[in-house]
Amino acid sequence: MPRRVVVTGIGIISSIGDNISETLQSLKSQKSGIGPLTILNTLHKDTFPAGEIKLTNNELELLAGEDIPEFPTRTTLLGIIAAKEAYRDAGLQPGALTSVKTGIVSATTVGGMDQTEQYYFDFFTSDRHLHYVHTHDCCDNTETIAECLGITDFMTTVSSACSSSANAIMFGARLIKHGIADRIIAGGTDALSKFTLNGFNTLKILNEKPCRPFSNDRNGLNLGEGAAFIVLEAEEIPVRENRKIYCEITGYANANDAYHQTASSPDGYGPYLAMKNALDMSGLKAGQIDYINAHGTGTDNNDLTEGLAIEKIFLPQIPKVSSTKAFTGHTLGAAGAIEAVFSILSIRHGLIFPNLNYSGKINELNFEPTLQLTEGAEVKNVLSNSFGFGGNDSSLIFSKY
Amino acid sequence: MEAYISGLGNISAQETFDNSVFLENIKKLNPPLAFCIEPNYKEFIQPIQLRRMGRILRMGVTAAAKCLNDAGVEIPDAIITGTGLGLVQDTEKFLTAVIENEEKFLTPTSFIQSTHNTVGAHIAVMLKCNNYNFTYVHSNISFESALLDSMMQIDEYPGLKVLLGGLDEMTETYFKITDKAGLWNKYYPEGQLPQIPEKAIAGEGATYFIITGVSNPENYAKFTGVSTFYKPKSTEVITSNMLKFLSINGLTINDIDLVLLGQNDTAGDSIYNAMKSGILVGTNQGYYKHLCGEYYTSSAFAAWLAANLLKRQVVPDTVLLNGKQTKPLKNILIWNHFRNINHSFMLLSAC
Repeated sequence: MPRRVVVTGIGIISSIGDNISETLQSLKSQKSGIGPLTILNTLHKDTFPAGEIKLTNNELELLAGEDIPEFPTRTTLLGIIAAKEAYRDAGLQPGALTSVKTGIVSATTVGGMDQTEQYYFDFFTSDRHLHYVHTHDCCDNTETIAECLGITDFMTTVSSACSSSANAIMFGARLIKHGIADRIIAGGTDALSKFTLNGFNTLKILNEKPCRPFSNDRNGLNLGEGAAFIVLEAEEIPVRENRKIYCEITGYANANDAYHQTASSPDGYGPYLAMKNALDMSGLKAGQIDYINAHGTGTDNNDLTEGLAIEKIFLPQIPKVSSTKAFTGHTLGAAGAIEAVFSILSIRHGLIFPNLNYSGKINELNFEPTLQLTEGAEVKNVLSNSFGFGGNDSSLIFSKY
Repeated sequence: MEAYISGLGNISAQETFDNSVFLENIKKLNPPLAFCIEPNYKEFIQPIQLRRMGRILRMGVTAAAKCLNDAGVEIPDAIITGTGLGLVQDTEKFLTAVIENEEKFLTPTSFIQSTHNTVGAHIAVMLKCNNYNFTYVHSNISFESALLDSMMQIDEYPGLKVLLGGLDEMTETYFKITDKAGLWNKYYPEGQLPQIPEKAIAGEGATYFIITGVSNPENYAKFTGVSTFYKPKSTEVITSNMLKFLSINGLTINDIDLVLLGQNDTAGDSIYNAMKSGILVGTNQGYYKHLCGEYYTSSAFAAWLAANLLKRQVVPDTVLLNGKQTKPLKNILIWNHFRNINHSFMLLSAC
């Protein structure tokens, strides 16, 4: 029998909360974190709303604790906050020695770009900000978090655009199945930056209003920022140590759309393959999925093709589907992990989160997203989708343990 | 875990693109940085596409095409990439435009291509390959992470043919900034940095492998193990990790016919030198960074070198640090570290 991999701790920070309990509160009260930019200093701050965390870097440092490096980037700070919460939630002490073979797999798309873009020209002319050269790389957050948590056995960093942290979780689960580690903290982190905001603006897919996923008149996405981590363990460890188990990760798959760098194929073949292969791995039938946390960015292209792929697998019985991007914005490298945490909360608390800002069914689709908060539901299996540039499509399935 | 190498494609600072010859005209690298010898891309990429592609994308796609061709594979079952820096040139281009134009008049191409998984994604689009596609971006263990994933894939399904790549590019701007920040200073123990530090020659490269679980007499060699670790506190920790790594693979240090070290020049650094006079004292020692330069995925070049040495059973003098290679080559250990932060071991064996 292959090893079973379970989730024992979760941690999160995004525009809807600095921790799990605030996040849960916002999800239940349907409070979106999308609004005008006030922290990121950009020309577009009055044009494009975003899911921005309303804390300055100095304020984030206080949340991150005393053991942080001298010049942290915003991406790394967010990662430390979420990772420490996940570790403690799993009943583990950051920095404590452990005999359990422990590793970290983190993900990001732009790493320390939030600082690099401020000091890039200074790098040539003065020595004042050169320390940010070392924190620019994608692995900076991973190594800093590892030092805070006391992890040296294994680490790596994944970057595959908007599916990055779903892929980090997938690789983490596989490392445990292969016995390379017995415990992996996996997730991702991304701070808002002018680089990404302007990049998405050149693609003309940013919305000047809060995004409307799965609506016929959807008109683009809002960016967001945040971090989330989950503690994955070989089942026998929390069982032996009598620690809580949130759920099991029963399926995962990555596939490539192989169509275009930024657009998905007309019928969503990559998303279809990711969902189908994850389902096959879990051994579940389509009808056993209680909730799909969709990628649902609110762009024309994504929501249509993701919808078509969902129909191809689930018709005639489409499970409850919602995108939570209208809560958090699209948090890029953190999105897969943030939505994995939402999926875990769904199972844990019997909640299905509504798809906010919905204004009417997409003409080409035969289903509508779920619009009301469901409480007290029995949620046994949740499918979480994350799709990214380069046609990188990933699906994760979390199941009640 | 055993993963046979059935194809190679390597663009580096040496003439490595033609798989039928092996290090015949060795080029001495000049400080401070060494660029790749680039092939004629037009044979591999359509001109209309070529114009839009940055250097690392051209190098990656072409080295991958060469490798697939070498192995006779049309569509790989997985594409797994390691890149420490991703697409530096495009990132710089978009970043400079954002700052200089004060967030106005921007165009998308360099932003789209700045994404770290662009090379793997581009190969997928060109081949119409819908299979697993991952990119690892962890400094000097990016390639090792990609290798580990590839070996795990093969462990799960031995019939798979995985396209595994390690690649990084160097630009003048990136070099200038990182040089100022001291990235190319050779490793010195804390507090011992001299007034004028010795520097490594910065490099770049794109190296691809097809690996599979299926044995074939034509294969170059096989990967038998990979392991990474972070900030060892002492040489004793490195020694014990090395012994543990070998023992997991059923070997002792006496079974290693050649150790390829990630040192930049013949002088080495305090970490390599302590090990060379310690546990490695009786082992034949070689190095490779004088051939390819220092970059985050230079260990992919080292693996390419080891695969060729094992297949051809000759070690050119330029690779050797001590003595002459006499006995047949069976096992090669590659050990690399960058600034004593991330360390890696890779083990390759003859088929």
